[in-house]
Amino acid sequence: MSSAHAYQVVHLTEYAYDAVVNQSHGRAHLLPRDEAGQRVLSRTVEIAPTADEVHDHVDFYGNRSTYFRLTSPHQALSVTSTSRVEVDRTAHPWEAMDVARVGDRRLLELENEGVDLLARELVLPSPMVPRTAGVAAYAAPVLPAGRPLGEALQDLLDQLDKDFTYTSGVTTVSTPLETLLEQRTGVCQDFAHLMICCLRSAGIAARYVSGYLQTMPPPGKPRLVGADASHAWVSALVPGLGWVDLDPTNHQLVDHRYIVVARGRDYSDVPPLKGVIFTKSEKSTLRVSVDVQPVTPVLF
Amino acid sequence: MIKLSLVEGYCAQPRPAFDEMVGPDGQVRPAWEDLSRVLDQLGPAGLDVTAATASRLLEGDGVVYRAIGDDAAQQWPLDPLPVLLEDAEWGALERGLNQRARLLDALLTDLYRARTVLRRGLLPAETVLAHTGFLRSCDQIRVPGPRQLFTVAMDLARDADGRWVVLHDRAASPSGAGFAMENRRVTSRVLPGLYGDHRINRLGPFFAAMRLGLQEVAPSTAEAPRVVLLSSGPMSETAYDQAFLSQLLGYPLVSGSDLSVREGKVFLRGIDGPEQVDVILRRVDSDFCDPLELRPSSQLGVPGLLEACRLGSVSVVNGLGSGVLENPALLPYLPSLSLALLGEELVLPSAATLWCGDPSSLRQVRERIDELVLKPISRGFSRSSTFGWELSAADRGELLAQIEAEPHLWVGQEAVAASTVPTFERGQVTPRSMVLRTFAVARGGDYEVLSGGLVRVAAERDSVLVSAQAGAIAKDAWVLTSRPHVVPDTWLDAPAAGVRHGVVSPRMAEDLFWLGRYTERAEATTRLLRTVRDRSGDFTQSPEPAGAACLDALLQVLTTVTGTWPGFVGPTGAARREAPRAELLALVVDARRPGTLAHAVQHLTASTHAVRDQLSPDTWLVIGSLEAALRDLEVDSDEVLVGQALTRSLSGLLALAGLSAESMVRDLGWRFLETGRRLERAQQVVALLRAALVEQRPADVDGLVVESVLMAAESIITYRRRYAPRADVSTLLDLLLVDRENPRSVAHQLDRLAGNLAHLPSSEGLRESVERVAVSIRTADVHGLAAAVDGFRRRPQLAVYLGDLGSRLRSLALDVERAYFEDLLAPSSLVEVIA
Repeated sequence: MSSAHAYQVVHLTEYAYDAVVNQSHGRAHLLPRDEAGQRVLSRTVEIAPTADEVHDHVDFYGNRSTYFRLTSPHQALSVTSTSRVEVDRTAHPWEAMDVARVGDRRLLELENEGVDLLARELVLPSPMVPRTAGVAAYAAPVLPAGRPLGEALQDLLDQLDKDFTYTSGVTTVSTPLETLLEQRTGVCQDFAHLMICCLRSAGIAARYVSGYLQTMPPPGKPRLVGADASHAWVSALVPGLGWVDLDPTNHQLVDHRYIVVARGRDYSDVPPLKGVIFTKSEKSTLRVSVDVQPVTPVLF
Repeated sequence: MIKLSLVEGYCAQPRPAFDEMVGPDGQVRPAWEDLSRVLDQLGPAGLDVTAATASRLLEGDGVVYRAIGDDAAQQWPLDPLPVLLEDAEWGALERGLNQRARLLDALLTDLYRARTVLRRGLLPAETVLAHTGFLRSCDQIRVPGPRQLFTVAMDLARDADGRWVVLHDRAASPSGAGFAMENRRVTSRVLPGLYGDHRINRLGPFFAAMRLGLQEVAPSTAEAPRVVLLSSGPMSETAYDQAFLSQLLGYPLVSGSDLSVREGKVFLRGIDGPEQVDVILRRVDSDFCDPLELRPSSQLGVPGLLEACRLGSVSVVNGLGSGVLENPALLPYLPSLSLALLGEELVLPSAATLWCGDPSSLRQVRERIDELVLKPISRGFSRSSTFGWELSAADRGELLAQIEAEPHLWVGQEAVAASTVPTFERGQVTPRSMVLRTFAVARGGDYEVLSGGLVRVAAERDSVLVSAQAGAIAKDAWVLTSRPHVVPDTWLDAPAAGVRHGVVSPRMAEDLFWLGRYTERAEATTRLLRTVRDRSGDFTQSPEPAGAACLDALLQVLTTVTGTWPGFVGPTGAARREAPRAELLALVVDARRPGTLAHAVQHLTASTHAVRDQLSPDTWLVIGSLEAALRDLEVDSDEVLVGQALTRSLSGLLALAGLSAESMVRDLGWRFLETGRRLERAQQVVALLRAALVEQRPADVDGLVVESVLMAAESIITYRRRYAPRADVSTLLDLLLVDRENPRSVAHQLDRLAGNLAHLPSSEGLRESVERVAVSIRTADVHGLAAAVDGFRRRPQLAVYLGDLGSRLRSLALDVERAYFEDLLAPSSLVEVIA
């Protein structure tokens, strides 16, 4: 019997505008993925005021993507996603990742089953993770070609933890990596982008993961950052082993405490919520709350 | 010395590459014999006339091209000498173009579906995955029918061996077919003999095929598919091409703000209700089509459009993301892709291209960089083409370093020594390099190729660079045939379709309303300027003090009515009234100053461009001459020229009014044009009366002022016929305010306004307001208003009355805007969530 953990996640986003909005079109990546390591028991998105329509589809990267539209005039908008997810994920030990080495391009080459397009794509720069010379230079000593990958990944995580501190509010969605490298502080999204950039600069396929982290701190341990907010981390491809998820913000491998919502090249592929509104409103306030609550797993 | 004929002169010139007209033996090729005879018959002087006629025709059709980043549109540069292609040669080329269209279609279909070509390694994954035109959010979207690539343009050059080679494929939203049709219209008219003597393949069937093809891609749920052309707007470089195409096809030209998405469907927003749209012929770049999922800052798109495509309720062609085919990195792989996807050998070669993502190709590029053209694989990514042979050693090193850092983003391409073609310029016919843009459109499962194309030749001699932005000159291409002509299809033969006639969106309504207002404003300003100039001619030399006083008053009226303060008013006004010439000229020509004639003409022209498809094609004849009338004036133009310009301007404006009265259907759009015109005229008359009549002057001066007002308001003849020979204020008010039968009176404008508003939806409130204003005029005591004079020699009751009337008209105009246009909120992006 596996050690399954189950969670109920409620993710609430509220916008308040200083004038009436006549029309809103929105797109959300708020419904967790079904994938190896986690099973979605239920997931819904609710919009208030009631949306004229809501539908979702599976996007290019296999995520659930939700579209909604409101045409009645409104001055506030809330989007609530509620999901129950069973997680059965254990992190690989670091040594297992040593099957591959930095610069190993085995999975990137043509094999019997064809080209691994995902791997080929995820070594390329992406809209929010452009090639950045400073980052490549930062990563080079940690990720020399030929170094066992487990060792290298662990070292990179250590480096990032040592060099960067978590501060919210100092960066925005558009803060460039060069700036982040200078100021050495940011939020989970920044660290994820930075680590992805480091990995890609060494030819390691890496992607961005958005999701949640269980909030209950064990007795006597500090509360983990990323609680009560959506979280973001990194997935790296270890040739011969598969995709391995790492959390640079909390300096650890991703395990049963994490719930994956969406995976993409970077944040721009999977923002939790984005929208276009028709309004004269010039200001809006945004409030986000996330609640991750352990629930009793469903037994079979 | 023997004087060489034009053709002998051409033959004697060095021809560095293949020449279209003259063979390697120095003899004119058979297909070109007639043209060369015509050239010699015309001679330089005759060709000058031909070129000037062509230019006039283009101006009359309003054909313009706007270079990127350039505010001013230029006239489309057309060389009237066509390029001639023989039937047999064209047939082979057409087969190659057809095959290439099928190949690109198969590739596009695969790239947004199974991506087999990438998975099987037939095409290196990076050529697509790193291309900015590959839009992941468009994955799995399909249009009905077998073809995903609706229309494609291919730029061809003929190399030194006489072989046609494809330089680029244009698949994002190809432009130029409209220009090609326009070139044909003009060329056939300026060379009627030559055109009539040959059997030349018609261009019409291509547009007929496009019209039908658009119907075929409609979602199966659509019974009578409604098609629109989504334009990138009047400021776009190919605005003319888009508008002309929409006219050729008979489908309306719309902008993003005219469309909205609800219930997963796209609707054309109409003033009198929405109309569902089934097919969108897209001329907006994919990136800009949906601010929700693509470029958030775009104001050209429609939020939710991509979702509607995904749901299959609308077909957008070319499909969003088709720009992935505009990628020179694909070229080296097309021969093997043709075998794999079509099972056919590729007929038409591409320019020899090395994709730097391939290590051995990169090595070759490194070694041969000085003979190659270096290009990024994506358009808009860093600079465009670089000619290796033009680079300094340092620049070459820098470029190579850039390429080696990200080799998969670059290609090296062998330059094609494009063939030359005779081009007329400054009394000579000289050889210029040419590129032929060809067009294909999906129809009935196959592709119809335009029988001809858009030729562009280098603006400079010896230039290998041919692009519209580099100032290229256009030409027509004639495919000479021996086959008898089939009677060309008329548009009426095609099945009736398209959006219900007369759907007018708030944006179109607003543009038409302002077109009406600016046309009327330009006319009123022209009349007032002419009146002031006439009076100035009458009185400047005259010793009569009343004349001088009248002129002095009129100059101040002019400033007040046009709102061009300080002008002739205020502390500096007296000096300007002493020497009014410069200010008077400025009021004609200075387009940057609101209130001038040039400003009104500029805005009315801009409005005509925005609603181009709603207007009679003859509009451009008028617009062209209006613009020309003012363009020719200089700061130091003499009085006679200015007078002529005002006369030309007035006759142009009258012609516009005539077109509106005689050539426009009385649909909702026309109602808005008229509403704008009537409101503006009423306001102009009130402003004129108020500026001229509130001050009481000596009777002889007032007599002259009243007469001048009647001239400016185009009512002098009526007045003389009806009233005393001596002009006075109360009868003037009677004629220009109250008389409903006078088409220049305020009362008449209100009657017309009420008549127009009756045709607009939900206009009850507005009509009540109009009626209230009308009543206030009907009950006005004009004699009392004129007679009451205070101690400051002013008519205070008239001042109050006209001031009130003016502000009621202004608020009426604002009410119309609020009622019908205010809907136009620009979309903005929500703040994104940051963890």
